[in-house]
Amino acid sequence: MIGGLFIYNHKGEVLISRVYRDDIGRNAVDAFRVNVIHARQQVRSPVTNIARTSFFHVKRSNIWLAAVTKQNVNAAMVFEFLYKMCDVMTAYFGKISEENIKNNFVLIYELLDEILDFGYPQNSETGALKTFITQQGIKSQHHTKEEQSQITSQVTGQIGWRREGIKYRRNELFLDVLESVNLLMSPQGQVLSAHVSGRVVMKSYLSGMPECKFGMNDKIVIDKQGKGGTADDAGKSELGGSGKQSIAIDDCTFHQCVRLSKFDSERSISFIPPDGEYELMRYRTTKDIILPFRVIPLVREVGRTKLEVKVVIKSNFKPSLLAQKIEVRIPTPLNTSGVQVICMKGKAKYKASENAIVWKIKRMAGMKESQISAEIELLPTNDKKKWARPPISMNFEVPFAPSGLKVRYLKVFEPKLNYSDHDVIKWVRYIGRSGIYETRC
Amino acid sequence: MTDSKYFTTNKKGEIFELKAELNNEKKEKRKEAVKKVIAAMTVGKDVSSLFPDVVNCMQTDNLELKKLVYLYLMNYAKSQPDMAIMAVNSFVKDCEDPNPLIRALAVRTMGCIRVDKITEYLCEPLRKCLKDEDPYVRKTAAVCVAKLHDINAQMVEDQGFLDSLRDLIADSNPMVVANAVAALSEISESHPNSNLLDLNPQNINKLLTALNECTEWGQIFILDCLSNYNPKDEREAQSICERVTPRLSHANSAVVLSAVKVLMKFLELLPKDSDYYGTLLKKLSPPLVTLLSGEPEVQYVALRNINLIVQKRPEILKQEIKVFFVKYNDPIYVKLEKLDIMIRLASQANIAQVLAELKEYATEVDVDFVRKAVRAIGRCAIKVEQSAERCVSTLLDLIQTKVNYVVQEAIVVIRDIFRKYPNKYESIIATLCENLDSLDEPDARAAMIWIVGEYAERIDNADELLESFLEGFHDESTQVQLTLLTAIVKLFLKKPSETQELVQQVLSLATQDSDNPDLRDRGYIYWRLLSTDPVTAKEVVLSEKPLISEETDLIEPTLLDELICHIGSLASVYHKPPNAFVEGSHGIHQHSADQFAIMKQYFSVLQVWLPATKAKGLEIAGTFSRRQGHMYMDMTFINKALQHMTDFAIQFNKNSFGVIPTTPLPIHTPLMPNQSIDISLPLSTIGPVMKMDPLNNLQVAVKNIIDVFYFSCLIPLNIFFVEDGKMERQVFLVTWKDIPNENELQYQIKECHLNADTVSGKLQNNNIFTIAKRNVEGQDMLYQSLKLTNGIWILAELRIQPGNPNYTGKKKTNATAFSYKLMVHIF
Repeated sequence: MIGGLFIYNHKGEVLISRVYRDDIGRNAVDAFRVNVIHARQQVRSPVTNIARTSFFHVKRSNIWLAAVTKQNVNAAMVFEFLYKMCDVMTAYFGKISEENIKNNFVLIYELLDEILDFGYPQNSETGALKTFITQQGIKSQHHTKEEQSQITSQVTGQIGWRREGIKYRRNELFLDVLESVNLLMSPQGQVLSAHVSGRVVMKSYLSGMPECKFGMNDKIVIDKQGKGGTADDAGKSELGGSGKQSIAIDDCTFHQCVRLSKFDSERSISFIPPDGEYELMRYRTTKDIILPFRVIPLVREVGRTKLEVKVVIKSNFKPSLLAQKIEVRIPTPLNTSGVQVICMKGKAKYKASENAIVWKIKRMAGMKESQISAEIELLPTNDKKKWARPPISMNFEVPFAPSGLKVRYLKVFEPKLNYSDHDVIKWVRYIGRSGIYETRC
Repeated sequence: MTDSKYFTTNKKGEIFELKAELNNEKKEKRKEAVKKVIAAMTVGKDVSSLFPDVVNCMQTDNLELKKLVYLYLMNYAKSQPDMAIMAVNSFVKDCEDPNPLIRALAVRTMGCIRVDKITEYLCEPLRKCLKDEDPYVRKTAAVCVAKLHDINAQMVEDQGFLDSLRDLIADSNPMVVANAVAALSEISESHPNSNLLDLNPQNINKLLTALNECTEWGQIFILDCLSNYNPKDEREAQSICERVTPRLSHANSAVVLSAVKVLMKFLELLPKDSDYYGTLLKKLSPPLVTLLSGEPEVQYVALRNINLIVQKRPEILKQEIKVFFVKYNDPIYVKLEKLDIMIRLASQANIAQVLAELKEYATEVDVDFVRKAVRAIGRCAIKVEQSAERCVSTLLDLIQTKVNYVVQEAIVVIRDIFRKYPNKYESIIATLCENLDSLDEPDARAAMIWIVGEYAERIDNADELLESFLEGFHDESTQVQLTLLTAIVKLFLKKPSETQELVQQVLSLATQDSDNPDLRDRGYIYWRLLSTDPVTAKEVVLSEKPLISEETDLIEPTLLDELICHIGSLASVYHKPPNAFVEGSHGIHQHSADQFAIMKQYFSVLQVWLPATKAKGLEIAGTFSRRQGHMYMDMTFINKALQHMTDFAIQFNKNSFGVIPTTPLPIHTPLMPNQSIDISLPLSTIGPVMKMDPLNNLQVAVKNIIDVFYFSCLIPLNIFFVEDGKMERQVFLVTWKDIPNENELQYQIKECHLNADTVSGKLQNNNIFTIAKRNVEGQDMLYQSLKLTNGIWILAELRIQPGNPNYTGKKKTNATAFSYKLMVHIF
């Protein structure tokens, strides 16, 4: 199990050090600093073994978190724990920075004592932690007996992510379908790989312990119902409008509130949600993806000191919809001396420090086309190696889900309180963003 | 709140000031002072002298202050054991507090204070807490048992805490169950007592129920524990798999990987033709792919594991090669791992795509990655015959780029392609020769020299080319020198007329001017061959070479199986068995963990066989083991010299059991200064036999680029006990009677506090089988048999008197004097 946990600033000074096991000594703190943070070469693995001691690290801005062990621990668990630790800290005091960590070091020690016992991760849901790790020690003494047992039963309980007795005047929930569409395209326009990784983020403001059921146009579910032959479903999906009735989901993972065995047997997604914002599910699709933009590059080398670049982008979705925050990044060689750009729409600039031409367009409707052309002057070099030509990358945001996913329903039942599914105000929003969206040139 | 001020303290008189503040009357001041102390402790200052003052602050109703004092105590109690006693009262009192959070805090902290005197006081409160009405306290107490076991294992056993822990597996609260499982798993790893976890179908059912309800971390503990269970039949295996598969959809990647581990292990037990087997295989692929959309560190862990899974069951991911295509912004460690998996999945169906990708990678910036990509192209050519031509032309394109390291790497792989497909691509030799001058790495130079020598008859100026290398002969690395020597001899045999001078030159360089024994030896052999019998020389030097294998760097199958049992863990990340990087580990395999106490000491510790001082900087430490019916010599090679070491080889002298290595030493890359490598050398007993004294003595010679070294070591006899050493009862009776008494030996085993059943269980793990058990006059009599690799049977009678730690044993064997000594060694 985890033998110790250290947090360092970018200089390698220790900000937090908590040792859980006897086999980890103080010299481990220095070993990591010397061999990883101050290493001459950048470390090439997130796991480092120094003198039979293994160090796992993650970096958040310029802060290093390192977990140390001498045993054969579950490596995936250690990293998941480090991520969780970051989440918890962010939930308590915002951005993970040297200043924030120093300001909250007592709190961090208290958290580390609670969520890691003898190196074994314990309940680390912020919802539960915030009920009793408050940094107001005196107050927690005044918990009544019921309150105390409520806290402990929540921390250890089956529904560790939600406390009892939540009340809202207005029961409301927000569903965000956030997708990032990833593409790698060859210069000839052939799709080398494309996938959508999506997340369904829910903000719930519901009273009591509501039982929820979430439905989407999952192909397996729809096909099953289709066999039953209800005309109702066919009508519904036509209203969906994208033309696609159902989508094939390659794989999905769920927040721990979802009953996995029920999903496995019936493919229904049922759960009691945490209060506030959380990620209900993640999914991945690879079939029939709507690629919102197509990038057509043309690079011509004119002699040894000049390059001509022309890039066309085409938007490929309904004309009534608007894409936003469009940015095309065209890499330039290291020996670029000057760039002239002409673009039809938006603004383009050569950024020498980033070795790229950055072309920005605020808005663009569907089924449109735009073009940029640039002349790049090069300094003559005697470097024999040819320029590696990194791919052209793109960023954007579109108001639909490129995977074609549609939310069909989210039903809420709370039998103990007197509100019904109809009284809950529900909001659904779709946002498609570019993930790694690259075209080779 | 700005606690950061505590980090900036004035240096002089700091301790003195803190002392005063800690004794301040105002509670707030004291709290401030403790915070300063903790901050100082964090940055590594020694504040242990404040111990009594800090402990004085413990008696408080302020929870925050209390936690801070506890933190201090955990850090310094060990250095001030007498002072730490002062805190005990307060702990014991807190364990009775009406607030469950305080009770748990006290028991949690007490377990972290590793002072013997305190642990005595811990027992009573811990016992109460294990039965506390509040689950939060119970789950904390469960972990505390593991802590206590780490300090004083005997006490945990004597106080019956292991039984209480086992009771908690049936607890109504899932988190208590999970922590109890975690604690038991850890204890059983280091505990000589076997079967601590007592996994039976009933308990398994309880675990599977808790699996659905506990936290993500608890699920990991339970899944990791489940993977050690051996289902009694395929029905049970299937029903467990059915209840584990839903975990594949968990958001936590560690839960997913641990579930994959259980499924991969249990797949072995399912009939391959069943529908369920196919369904399960299909279910495994999507979650593995999903792991690659996680954060880079988790991706890395996942990729290292996928690398193992792909070798074990290639069918799972054969359709998914695209997800392993490298993204421009992937961290380098992800890129390198993806590349490795791409090669493993490359097949005729996808080779066109793979090659296009590899060509793209070969133009990237990172040198290591580019090299690996070039090497990968070569491996594709060797693996997929249909693609060889395309690969070669891609490599030629890359050579045209004239990027130095690309060219060198390409030449190295082209040599292998020549070996694999002789007489096919030699037309490109001319292009290769153009780049001769730019080669500055030994590998590339050696590859080029090999090519020139091998195809000397087709290269007009081969003699000139080789001569150019000869100029700086003594500055070359041994690898290049050896290759050059062979190449020139080849050239001479092919074109004797023009190259006589050249060959004489190289032979004299190698034999007269060199200090390297390998080079000298090879030089003399060639010289003698050429001068006595040129025809034979031709047969020897220009003999047909064996084809090279398609798959390189595959993990050896037994190691692979072991690593599959460790999916998700560090072992799977390092691709090394746990005992290679964990001190005193005996592997998680229950059986290998339960080695008989005496024997455990005997071989689990790596012994230094060859100290660095005796071997010009090479240190070898090692041990012997028997795993899954095979014998291994596990060794760690450490290079303590200032130069790198290559060309390792090992040889055994004839020995009593005919032990010989079955493979050459698996050290393929040079061992750099201060680097170490762990290897596991499989052994067999089919070699020549010679009686040694002592019987289990083994003389070993190890060679490297520097010199040849000799050492001898003792092989523990239990590795020769074979798995089928269980004699039929009837046969046993007859044989026992037949053996004359002079072949009998009596001995006593002292200080062994185990009962008959555990003894027989332990012995069985070492392939000493109990044939019968009898109770005579209150003594347990065990009759046992074992068989050695050379077919000799040994029979034993073991008499155990309850309460008497000394056993009396009698051994009989049907072999000669040889076996007498043997028996002496066994115990």
